[in-house]
Amino acid sequence: MSNYLKLIGLGVLTVFFMIAAGYARDLAYQTHAVILMLVAAGLFLHTLRNTDEPLLPVATGDYFDSVVRAGVIATSFWGVAGFLVGTFIAFQLAFPVLNFDWSEGYANFGRLRPLHTSAVIFAFGGNALIATSFYVVQRTSAARLWGGNLAWFVFWGYQLFIVLAATGYLLGGTQSKEYAEPEWYIDLWLTVVWVAYLAVFLGTIIKRKEPHIYVANWFYLAFIVTVAMLHVVNNLTIPVSIWGSKSVIIWPGVQDAMVQWWYGHNAVGFFLTAGFLGMMYYFIPKQAERPVYSYKLSIIHFWALIFLYIWAGPHHLHYTALPDWASTLGMVFSIVLWMPSWGGMINGLMTLSGAWDKLRTDPVLRMLVISVGFYGMSTFEGPMMSIRAVNSLSHYTDWTIGHVHSGALGWNGMITFGCLYYLTPVLWKRTGLYSLSLVSWHFWLATIGIVLYAASMWVTGIMEGLMWREVDANGFLVWSFADTVAAKLPMYVMRGLGGVMYLSGSLIMCYNLWMTVRRAPAKEASLSVAVPAE
Amino acid sequence: MDTYSLLRQFADSWMLLFLFVFFTGVVIWAFRPGSSRTYEDTANIPFRNADKPAADPASPSEVQK
Repeated sequence: MSNYLKLIGLGVLTVFFMIAAGYARDLAYQTHAVILMLVAAGLFLHTLRNTDEPLLPVATGDYFDSVVRAGVIATSFWGVAGFLVGTFIAFQLAFPVLNFDWSEGYANFGRLRPLHTSAVIFAFGGNALIATSFYVVQRTSAARLWGGNLAWFVFWGYQLFIVLAATGYLLGGTQSKEYAEPEWYIDLWLTVVWVAYLAVFLGTIIKRKEPHIYVANWFYLAFIVTVAMLHVVNNLTIPVSIWGSKSVIIWPGVQDAMVQWWYGHNAVGFFLTAGFLGMMYYFIPKQAERPVYSYKLSIIHFWALIFLYIWAGPHHLHYTALPDWASTLGMVFSIVLWMPSWGGMINGLMTLSGAWDKLRTDPVLRMLVISVGFYGMSTFEGPMMSIRAVNSLSHYTDWTIGHVHSGALGWNGMITFGCLYYLTPVLWKRTGLYSLSLVSWHFWLATIGIVLYAASMWVTGIMEGLMWREVDANGFLVWSFADTVAAKLPMYVMRGLGGVMYLSGSLIMCYNLWMTVRRAPAKEASLSVAVPAE
Repeated sequence: MDTYSLLRQFADSWMLLFLFVFFTGVVIWAFRPGSSRTYEDTANIPFRNADKPAADPASPSEVQK
C-alpha cells in the first residue's frame, strides 16, 4: 500500500519538475529542475520494479553500518574533489591565465571559489560528520540507528543537496551569502534532510541502552541543533518566483550582515568545531585505547564552548556600520573562547598521557593528535585576529585565508583522515590497514603542505596589510592595489604547492583505503552478520 | 518601550543572570561529590558494545566485564 502512495507522489513530482523545467526563468533553476526530474523518475522506476516483492526481514541484532560505509566513500570522494578545486583556484590566483576564455562565466575564480568552500566544508566535512555521528551514536548508545531507512534518506538527501548546490554555483545560482550560497529551494531541501538527520540521531539517543549520554553525542547534538537554527534564520528569503532561483532576503542592511556573520561564525563554531570535537572525544580514546583524560573537563568544555561561541560572530564586522558595542561584544567573547578551546585541546592531548610512545608506532594516532595541535594553534590565532587593532591589519588580507586553512586543513582535515583510517578496517571487517607507511607518507605530505600554506599566507597577508596602510610624508597612499597583487606572486605559488602536497596526500589515502578493502586480510568472510538461529 | 530596548534590557539583566547561574551550576554539578566514579564509568562507554547493540537494558556494571 505504501508503495502505491510513493508511486503517486513520485509521479506527481516528476511531472511537476518537468513543468518547472519548462517554465524556468534561469539556467541554474532549469538544470536543477531537470536533475530533480531525473531523480524522481529514477526513484519511481525503482519503486515500481520492487512493488509487490516480498519484504525481507530487517536485521536488528547488529549496528546499521552500511550507511556509514557509504559515508566513508562519500567523504573520501568529496574530499579529493574539494581539494582539487581548491588547488586549481589557488593557481588561478597565481596565474590569472587559468581563468580560460572558454570557461568564463562557469569556471572562473568567482564561480569556483564557492564550489571549493562548499565542497570541503559541507561535502567533505558534512559527510564526515554524518558518517562518524551515525557510527559513534550507535556504539555509545549500544543501540541500532533509529528510523530504519531514514538514515539512507539522510545520506542520499544530503548528496542531492551537494549536487544541487555545486551545479548551481557554476551556473550562477547563488544568493551571495558566504558559506550559505545555495538558493531558496536548495535551502528548503536541506532543512528537510536536516530534520530527518536530527530525528535519526535523537531517536537513537532516546532508545539508548547506556544510562549516560557519552560526551561525543552532546557535541554532535549541539552541532545538529545549532546548524538547523542558523540555517533557517540566515536563509529566510522570499523567492521572486517559484519558477526561478532568485530570492530576496527579509533582513535589511546591517541586520542582514549581522545575521550572516552570526551564521558564518557559528558555522565554524558548531559545524567545524563542535561536530569535529565529537569525533575527537570518540576516536582519540579509541585509537589510543584509553579513556578521555578528564570527563569532568569535557563537560565544562562542552557547556563553555556552546555558551560562548554563539556570541563571537560580530568580530567579522569591525569598522563597519555595525554598532561598536556589538563588535566589541563579539571581540570579547572571542577572546574568552581561548579558555574552552584550549581546555578541550588539553583534554584531547592528555588522553595520551602514559601512552605517548604510541605516537612513534601508530601514524593514525599521530594524525589525530596533530589535528588537535592544529586546533590549538588556530583557536589561538582566531581570537587574536578578532581583536580590533589586530583586525585592522589582518582583515581583508590573505592572513584570514591562512588562518581558515590552518583550521580547516589541519584540524578538520587531519582528524577526518584519522577517522577514515580508523573506520575503514573496522567497517569492512579487515584485520588492519593495507599500509602504515603510506599513512606516514600522507601524514608528512599533508603536514608540510599545511605549513607551506599557512606560512606563505602569513607573509603575504601581513605584507599586503602593511602595504595598504602605508602613507608617505604628505599623507598619500604609497601603494596601489595592483602593487600588492604583484608583490604576492611568490607566496601564491608557494601556497599552490602546499595545496598540491595536501591533495597528493589525500590521493595516497584513497589508494590505501581502497587497497585495505580489496587486499587486507579479512576478519570475517562476509560483511553481513550471520544471525544465529536461536 | 520599543521592542529593541525591551529585549536589550532583558538580555543584559535576567537572561545574563540565568545563563551565568546555569553555567556555574554546570561546573558545580561536574565536581559534585561522587562524580568521579560515575564519570569513570561514563568515560569507558566507547570501550564496550563495539560490535553489536546491547541485548536489553543491562546495568552498566554487568556490561563492563
